[in-house]
Amino acid sequence: MEIGKYILEISYILASVLFVLGLKKLSHPETARSGNLWSAAGMVLAIVATIAFHTDSAGNGIKHIPLILLAIGIGTVVGWMIAVKVKMTAMPQLVSFFNGMGGATAALISLIELPHMTHLYNGNIPVGILIATSLGLVIGSVSFSGSIIAFFKLDGKIKDIHSPAMSFINLALLMAVTALTIYMVVAQPTSLLLYSLLVLSLLYGIMFVVPIGGADMPVVISLLNAFTGVAAAMGGFLYDNRAMLTGGVLVGSAGALLTILMCKAMNRSLLNVILGSFGGGGAAS
Amino acid sequence: MEQIMQLIFEHSDALFIIILSIFLGVEVISHVPAVLHTPLMSGANAIHGVVIVGAIIVMGHSESVTALILGFLAVLLGTLNVVGGFVVTDRMLEMFKKKKKVSK
Repeated sequence: MEIGKYILEISYILASVLFVLGLKKLSHPETARSGNLWSAAGMVLAIVATIAFHTDSAGNGIKHIPLILLAIGIGTVVGWMIAVKVKMTAMPQLVSFFNGMGGATAALISLIELPHMTHLYNGNIPVGILIATSLGLVIGSVSFSGSIIAFFKLDGKIKDIHSPAMSFINLALLMAVTALTIYMVVAQPTSLLLYSLLVLSLLYGIMFVVPIGGADMPVVISLLNAFTGVAAAMGGFLYDNRAMLTGGVLVGSAGALLTILMCKAMNRSLLNVILGSFGGGGAAS
Repeated sequence: MEQIMQLIFEHSDALFIIILSIFLGVEVISHVPAVLHTPLMSGANAIHGVVIVGAIIVMGHSESVTALILGFLAVLLGTLNVVGGFVVTDRMLEMFKKKKKVSK
């Protein structure tokens, strides 16, 4: 069984290399399409190797494999159908939707792991792991609810709501989320703390995206994309998983740069986009 | 202070990877032309779908029914991210190619 560990790590290294090369190729017009396939190959490798060879600290392999394959099967069919059937003009909101799904996954992982770890470490979770898990929950939730709002906005189902009061509510929400996260790391998680943090983070994601103008949506989606990358990296830190760590951080940093580049292409600053409602409100008053 | 030092020391491997990956991510896409912004965003979106690996781990080692159900949901949504992300990116780039041929 020892050999499985080696194969797993080698697969993760290969997957990481494929992610980097894929991203590199994606940024050149001639090689972009093959770049996408390269990173997809890396993903398949990482997934298959994890199912086949992952063991926990006690040496137990992955259980519930049929159920896992069922979940992957359903996800593949549904994801493929949605992606193939949607109109070309509706693609940006679809990217946002899929991004939201990634954020939800990251949040769910933390949501399962935090109570489990509280039990495991008897209410004394190591700080590093606790920080990573809490941030995974917060960033994943913000990314999920924000992406879903962005999806509906681009789909024309939700209009922008501008109100000067909103920037203050957002600031208050952000401070509450930050304070609660710090408190949870210092004082160890309880169920009440966990669910309050989840609800507040989801709410912040909604409130963060609602006031932003429709034309700025692609920039916001790119930003939320970077967020999900960071959330995935937190999962990598938690499980000491190199593929998740490199994949997540790569998307986090590349996504952040891409967000700035997109702003530049529109001749705006990122702060201007995020605080768009803030400036507008100020000018009106 | 000592706790922070301890934290950095214990996770120095991961911190090395994180810092180097940040520079790598910035460097790798720094010369992307504006037309590729959206496909690149979509491709990056698919890559962070690697979070599904975490979902598989958490579901594969779940001990309670609640954890199993939430894990199932996590794997399902993660797969949507991965598969949808790559397929949408491919479709975008396919459209890209056709446009280019027409203009030639």
